[in-house]
Amino acid sequence: MNATLKLPVEPWARRLVLLEIALPVVLLVLGIYAGLLQVLFRAGVIQAAEFWGWEYYQALTLHGVVNAIVFTTFFAVAFGNALVPYALGMKLPLRWAWVSGIMMIVGTLMAAWAILAGKASVLYTFYPPLMAHPFFYLGAALLIIGSWIAFFNWIPLYLRWRREHPGEKTPLAVVGMFATFIVWLIATVAVAIEVVVLLLPWSLGWTQEVNVPLARMLFWFFGHPLVYFWLLPAYTMYYTMLPRLSGGKLYSDKVARLVFMMFILFSIPVGAHHQFAEPAISSGSKLLHSFLTFAVALPSLLTAFTLAASLEYGARQRGARGLFDWIVKQPFFSTDGWMFSYLIAGLIIFILGGISGIINASYSMNLLVHNTSWLPGHFHLTVAGPVLLAFLGMSLHLLATYTGKEIRLKRLAVAVPYLWLIGVFTFSWGLMRGGLHGEPRRTNLGMSYLNPDSPFYHPEWKLYVTVTMIGGIIMTLAMIAYFTVFFATALRSRTKEPAAEFPLSEAYHDEPAGALTNLRPWVITAIVLIVIAYTPMVRDVLRGTFSNAPGYEPHNPAPVNQIEQLDTSP
Amino acid sequence: MDRIEKTVMVIAILLLVVFFGAIVVAATNYGVDVPTCVTDRKPFVESAPPFKTSDQPLRYEVHTVARMWMFDPPEITVPPGAEIDLYLSSADVVHGFHVEGTNTNLMAVPGAVTYTRLKFDREGTYRVLCHEYCGTAHHLMAGTIVVSHTAMEGEQ
Repeated sequence: MNATLKLPVEPWARRLVLLEIALPVVLLVLGIYAGLLQVLFRAGVIQAAEFWGWEYYQALTLHGVVNAIVFTTFFAVAFGNALVPYALGMKLPLRWAWVSGIMMIVGTLMAAWAILAGKASVLYTFYPPLMAHPFFYLGAALLIIGSWIAFFNWIPLYLRWRREHPGEKTPLAVVGMFATFIVWLIATVAVAIEVVVLLLPWSLGWTQEVNVPLARMLFWFFGHPLVYFWLLPAYTMYYTMLPRLSGGKLYSDKVARLVFMMFILFSIPVGAHHQFAEPAISSGSKLLHSFLTFAVALPSLLTAFTLAASLEYGARQRGARGLFDWIVKQPFFSTDGWMFSYLIAGLIIFILGGISGIINASYSMNLLVHNTSWLPGHFHLTVAGPVLLAFLGMSLHLLATYTGKEIRLKRLAVAVPYLWLIGVFTFSWGLMRGGLHGEPRRTNLGMSYLNPDSPFYHPEWKLYVTVTMIGGIIMTLAMIAYFTVFFATALRSRTKEPAAEFPLSEAYHDEPAGALTNLRPWVITAIVLIVIAYTPMVRDVLRGTFSNAPGYEPHNPAPVNQIEQLDTSP
Repeated sequence: MDRIEKTVMVIAILLLVVFFGAIVVAATNYGVDVPTCVTDRKPFVESAPPFKTSDQPLRYEVHTVARMWMFDPPEITVPPGAEIDLYLSSADVVHGFHVEGTNTNLMAVPGAVTYTRLKFDREGTYRVLCHEYCGTAHHLMAGTIVVSHTAMEGEQ
């Protein structure tokens, strides 16, 4: 392998990226602990409402918000802040990058306080009319708007590069990160409206009632593209780095660009496939969104081929022969190219994550699994598979290169993704099988269905929750190993000059990209598709909703505004 | 793109078309469908156990209210072969309504009414779970549907 290009980074750009990597990894310690608690509660090992001061639903809220929203958003911003200037050969403009970082940190701390104080046990979907403390909504809004500013900060760099390099293809890494943030920007507009216009004034007491079906539609307008916001930075690593780490080249540059454009087109108009069981949305709208969800499966199927072809090419360069030799001849346990292990383990997990996702998207078949534990079984094979492992690998890589510290305990670092793979397969098998037998998600089973003293006791699920727990414990062990490597590296002294350094691949087929070079037509078509998919749905929601709802705190069946009236009446 | 890639793309598209076609056939030919938007019923807070709305012998209507943290009525009793027109409404927050071992899987959303038709051929007791987080005691929210020959004898 040729040496990778090293570029110097200004000290304050380095510090920002390191802060945006380190803070979420520290929070992830809490998020993983909350995850471990979930499997213990659900297996009936903890038969109580709380454990050491952490209530089940509070811990579940923390687990979802920290792992799925905070960690992922910070990572995507930090990764873009590092990769976009590197790939364009430019410097990150510091002022707005820091404004964005500080907004995201303040927002995160506000929401974290609300959750830890027990004032926001509304889960990471925060469905109204369950009501959280205003700081929860304000924190979420700051985190989102901060991430927008990070993206806006890269746009002038991109435009300048295009002016200075007429006729050249934009570096693929930049296309990947821009696809990520275009999807994110369009999708988060809906959730920003939900949070800022509907929920925040309502939680502050300025408005009394909220339109629940509308809020749920806005949430899922955001909620599914969120999945692609998680996946696309991982795809960027798969397309731009994995081939090189495997010792080869990207099989086709054009397919990579086509895939990213297809994600811009189809990521967003698919929200109703989370709402198949919902009232106030017609079955016609649901079927249309189901169809578009199948369309968004296409780029992932293409990716499976292109990446496999790239890996095969790499292995053949290193002497692989025959039909299957190339599968074995990959640097699975190489400590030099250690990041390969994180990317390949994630890809293997994603095979099952993708297949189970197609099942969920399948309209009426979804009713078999909707809101059962099948669902967390599925999405731990996506967000806690390729996404988590790619993000963990790249976080460690950024830590090492941006601080100039050689990674410690490299063998342990390489073991982490495979241990995680074993853990998450075990864990998801338990959840998915249990789900097919009716086991619900987001439910403190240790207080009811898995408690022999409860009238609800349901011993049929015992096997599934126990397997899930074993998987969860293996996942926790993998994360303890990761944190050990991460903090042992962070705390050692500097061994080399800090620099930005990414193992970017060359392309094997490097054709002209044609219509794929220009983002604009793709974004416009995406917006047209969104209008087509959501216009009938907005109409449904307005026709099918007869009344708005007052807010409720999770522990009290009386509405918040009635409790306040009782408090103030003489 | 080379020839293999184009072939792969065509195969992928055909695969997805077949999957989607199967769904459409299931919905149109076999009636396997999802709940739709109800515009002719207003949300209600008064429940109603199975009652008859027509002369058809085994056709019933039920109004279920989901509230923190129970279903009202907690138990629905019908004879085997009964077809139930179920209307579901929430009196407070969002709840779920999943009849164990069946395709009946609904959301109760405040402000709107959910409708589905259930059919029970075999005798037995079916557990109904709330599967959407609805507050502190969510895990204690469950009901039952009892399908029994003796169910409606008092009526006859």
